[in-house]
Amino acid sequence: MYSKELTSKKRDEFEDILEERRLSSDLRYAMKCYTPVIYKGLSPCKPNAIKSAVLQSEQVQYVIKQLAKEMGESPDIIQEEATEILDEMGHSMQLGAVRFFAFTLSKIFKRLFQRVCVNEEGMQRLQHAIQEHPVVLLPSHRSYVDFLMLSYLLYTYDLALPVIAAGIDFLGMKIVGELLRRAGAFFMRRSFGGNRLYWAVFAEYVKTMLRSGYAPIEFFLEGTRSRTAKTLTPKFGLLSIVMEPFFKREVFDTYLVPISISYERILEESLYAYELLGVPKPKESTSGLLKARRILSDNFGTIHIYVGEPVSLRTLASGRINRCPYNLVPRHLPQKPSEDIQEFVSDVAYKMELLQIENMVLSPWVLVAAVLLQNLPAMDFELLIEKTLWLKGLTQTFGGFIEWPDNLCAKKAVVSSLTLHSNIARLVDGRVVLNDKGVEDGAVGEIVFKRALAILMCATYRNQLLNVFVRPSLVAVALQMTRSFRREEVYSCFSFLRDVFSDEFVFFPGISLKDFEEGCFLLTKCDAIQTTQQEIYPTDKGSAIVSFLSAMFRPFVEGYQLIFRYLSKETKEAFTEKQFIPGVRNFVFQLLEKGKTQCYEVLSSDMQKNALAALVQLGAVKKKKMSNGFTYNVNQEAVNKILDMFDARIPVQKPVAARL
Amino acid sequence: MAAAAEEAAGSGGGSPSSARRRLRIISGHLRGSPRAPEREALSPSPCKAQGGSAEPASGSIPKKRQELLKWNGWGYNDSKFIFNKKGQAEFTGKRYRLGGMVLPTFKEWIEKTFGASLEHKTTSRASLNVNDVPPSIVNEEFLQDLRATKISYSQDAEDRVFRAHGHCLHEIFVLREGMFKRIPDIVVWPVCHEDVVKIVELACKHNLCIIPFGGGTSVSSALECPEEEKRTIVSLDTSQMNRILWIDEKNLTACVEAGIVGQDLEKQLAESGFCTGHEPDSMEFSSLGGWVATRASGMKKNIYGNIEDLVIHIKMVTPRGIVEKNCQVPRMSTGPDIHHFIMGSEGTLGVVTEVTIKIRPVPEYQKYGSVVFPNFERGVACLREVAKQRCAPASIRLVDNAQFQFGHALKPQVASIFTSFLDGLKKFYITKFKGFDPNILCVATLLFEGDREKVLQHEKQVYDIATKFGGLAAGEDNGQRGYMLTFVIAYLRDLGLDYYVIGESFETSVPWDRVLDLCRNVKERIVRECKEKGVQFAPLSTCRVTQTYDAGACVYFYFAFNYRGISDPIHVYEQIERAAREEILANGGSLSHHHGVGKLRKRWMKESISDVGLGMLRSVKEYVDPNNIFGNKNLL
Repeated sequence: MYSKELTSKKRDEFEDILEERRLSSDLRYAMKCYTPVIYKGLSPCKPNAIKSAVLQSEQVQYVIKQLAKEMGESPDIIQEEATEILDEMGHSMQLGAVRFFAFTLSKIFKRLFQRVCVNEEGMQRLQHAIQEHPVVLLPSHRSYVDFLMLSYLLYTYDLALPVIAAGIDFLGMKIVGELLRRAGAFFMRRSFGGNRLYWAVFAEYVKTMLRSGYAPIEFFLEGTRSRTAKTLTPKFGLLSIVMEPFFKREVFDTYLVPISISYERILEESLYAYELLGVPKPKESTSGLLKARRILSDNFGTIHIYVGEPVSLRTLASGRINRCPYNLVPRHLPQKPSEDIQEFVSDVAYKMELLQIENMVLSPWVLVAAVLLQNLPAMDFELLIEKTLWLKGLTQTFGGFIEWPDNLCAKKAVVSSLTLHSNIARLVDGRVVLNDKGVEDGAVGEIVFKRALAILMCATYRNQLLNVFVRPSLVAVALQMTRSFRREEVYSCFSFLRDVFSDEFVFFPGISLKDFEEGCFLLTKCDAIQTTQQEIYPTDKGSAIVSFLSAMFRPFVEGYQLIFRYLSKETKEAFTEKQFIPGVRNFVFQLLEKGKTQCYEVLSSDMQKNALAALVQLGAVKKKKMSNGFTYNVNQEAVNKILDMFDARIPVQKPVAARL
Repeated sequence: MAAAAEEAAGSGGGSPSSARRRLRIISGHLRGSPRAPEREALSPSPCKAQGGSAEPASGSIPKKRQELLKWNGWGYNDSKFIFNKKGQAEFTGKRYRLGGMVLPTFKEWIEKTFGASLEHKTTSRASLNVNDVPPSIVNEEFLQDLRATKISYSQDAEDRVFRAHGHCLHEIFVLREGMFKRIPDIVVWPVCHEDVVKIVELACKHNLCIIPFGGGTSVSSALECPEEEKRTIVSLDTSQMNRILWIDEKNLTACVEAGIVGQDLEKQLAESGFCTGHEPDSMEFSSLGGWVATRASGMKKNIYGNIEDLVIHIKMVTPRGIVEKNCQVPRMSTGPDIHHFIMGSEGTLGVVTEVTIKIRPVPEYQKYGSVVFPNFERGVACLREVAKQRCAPASIRLVDNAQFQFGHALKPQVASIFTSFLDGLKKFYITKFKGFDPNILCVATLLFEGDREKVLQHEKQVYDIATKFGGLAAGEDNGQRGYMLTFVIAYLRDLGLDYYVIGESFETSVPWDRVLDLCRNVKERIVRECKEKGVQFAPLSTCRVTQTYDAGACVYFYFAFNYRGISDPIHVYEQIERAAREEILANGGSLSHHHGVGKLRKRWMKESISDVGLGMLRSVKEYVDPNNIFGNKNLL
């Protein structure tokens, strides 16, 4: 799963694509001769031809007939409905719109960003892949800029523009929605689990485009923009749709291309923080976009896009898939994937996300933010530089991909980071201070809110480190929690934490022991611990690392404890998620106001939801589907038990792998 | 045994007597071939046939096979591809229509397709080195008992080696360059059912292993002796059981001894005006018993049916005794059909000795035809429609573009300027006027058979359907050459082996909706595997849809590559073939349509027929042959 020589892993060089844009005419660029390379098996067709092929397909016709029979309606009416769905969803890629975007995006990107860096070798690999087999692009999702940027990038490199699965809420934006559609976006409803017709039409639409090799298909494994900049655990629906043509051998192979897009400064950073704190996200609207224009005068630093090695689905599947289920049912019948397949899809999804994480560029500011958050409210500038440099070394040991701009000296790098992020932290009299003061000092509540806002924004950047650090760090946390050196106990605790945080961080399913060994290996590599067959203990000089790592994850450990405590005490009856979030928020808010905790991050609705999901998975909370969504029921005793394990009042009781 | 090569060229096309002529040509193969001298010491005991002519028939294949057939390759000694002094390809001998003809474009094709060069040649050993042959170990008591039966036998090294193999690539390679680790210890030639009964009894008494041998055309490693077999291995050669015992014109059946080879069966039936119509590609050499044992399929199955449709009654000698039905009826409802335990048993249960088979009057008229399609997809769609309307001609096959080009390369030198002018015109019409891409188009070949009037009517119906799918009639000659190609390919492998090119064919059956995907994916898989395994030149990877059914089709693949620069070509070849089979199974294809399982495809049997299914077959084997006398280890 993980390569042992993380630091020596060779990564490609970056190239700034904006550089040329600053030197030559955008108009000429937008009007350039655009003849992308295409899939070798492509039979050229127009978007409308695809739509009618989808409508006429056996798959869709089958579902239409079924529904007609069940509902006693005429198939024509349902066919009509399917046409409407398709019109709502379908893209209508036009070169004109693409050129329009090429022009305007050039203008906008040049104002927003200093540089847009791309690994050219990745683009070359992609170019080969597109010709060979159908390609699925799997970018990380941190911002709306993601898919605009990716299309812009492919246009720049003369590659076929992707068709993009986008949420249907974009359609609310009048002109922009239509423009996006013409640039190749197709829209999916956020949830359509129950609607068989929608599912059939949608799945067939995606598969038809994939099979014909019409264009690369792009979607986000994370399902939505990660508001915390921490990779979200994957969604499987779309992935299993694009994998199906291969399972059914309608295509020889399919390439999955993980793409990591990282922003030195995220466009939506403050929006996200507000949203996490419960101030609702503004609905996508064109006027909203226009209002956001003022951000155009702001500087958002550098974007790094790393196009990963295309992964052959055939190679991944070799020896894993029992072919029988697909041979015994006609291929056009809707078929629930077998457990094998579901497990495989899930594994692939996690693998792709881990690849995204591995290739995600980390900026110096990410390190600064991580250090700063452990030294609130202010810290000495020189110390910050020193710590940042130290953390840089550690990050690289753990396989983090740091791009240090132009080999700047540490001081300059930190200063330039602080300048870019002056809305979060400032340099005042040789000390770096978090920017958490309102314009005027208001009530206590106001202060807590402002502070939480600043901390969450800062955390957004530290979060980018977490998935690189999570394995060694959870070993460190486990070491501190168990206060024992016995390998067995440490592993039990690690494994417990891994389960609890399974929605918070990205772990490849079912390899707890491997993750543990990986964590231990990395800690040994940086001389933080020594291990024997039976024991693990921190070295003398390693205690600094161990305590830094566990401090890094403390907000999560403490945050989860607070949430669990809330659930064990404050809630009696069944509740919905809509009741849970404000409830836990108020609970924490009060504690913060009274100064009983310093854990501001637990105000993040993201953490609250993850903690609830974790309890559901651990069986301490029952989740029930009701007509109007889900309701939850707490099993107080079970939650208390988990709390006790956190407090190390009782040893973690888990069956320990025999091989340890 | 199973089909590996197409039957001889056949007749000249649309004349009423063409079917007869086709048979005459087949019988012509025999004329002039030396009759094998009987071994003096051993004279066959005359057998009483039930009511038929007691005279032992003279078969086309002598007991000393090597006197007529190649010892290290396919087919007749006198028929092979060579490069003549001018460096042009030529086919020798007079047995086939292609015999003595020069093929001017073939050399270029072979160089272009495989990157092969006439300068790089490997040569086979000139003859078998008798000293390398494993010794014959037979215990004296058995020999005494055997002599008492007066059944002809031999412990001669050549006789034994030539019954130790079929025609898989690795087997031929071993003949050319090495030696089998285990071969039969003794060859016996029973001449009738009773002889077989005696041999099986002796084998049970002395605990020997019997491996039945029919035509020796197996391509599934079915004839290879299991290396670990410690008992004496008796190769039971059925070739001398080759009489037609009786013909029943009222019920249109004939009772035939199982050792008869296809060409003799058709030739002898033709004398009475009948045929079976069963024409697997190997029919010159493969035997009736072999067809039954492997569930063979014939080219003209659309009219006559496959072996399971043709067989009325089977007599098989097993260690438990004789198994047969009590009547000769078209169908019966008496539990699972015991014929289906026998058909496809691949020599693991016993020896098929006599078969009653359906016969038909020889058709009055036969006509070839061909249709060009703009691409393979359209061609498959047309075949599917033909199958749907159930109007398939005796044979309908669709070759892909690579095979079309291959067929083209085998076009003999044209005799007159007029013909070449006509060819040019045809080509112009199809490629320029109709806009077919010569690198994409594909061809269907057709064979119609029956009453003249009905054939013409039928022909029109099929061509009408073809037109709907963009097909253009492309003449009888192209059709006929297409059928010739199948038989030629088996001889071609021997030529390829001389120039570092190895190859083989394999087949499958697949539902209609998966035909295109399967063909594309398997061909692609072969190309990729070759690249991965370090094959330096792109392989020939080509297929044809060779049979149509209501619910699917049989697809036949040819795969060959130039192995220069590879140290262990056979191993590489086998890995690629295995990958191709995996691909077939993953695409919803079957393990085999008619070649059988043998030992080559055993590993996939469980997956193919489920655990319980395999158990069912095993329990039959355990009952019928508890001591594994028929120990060729095929199938299970």
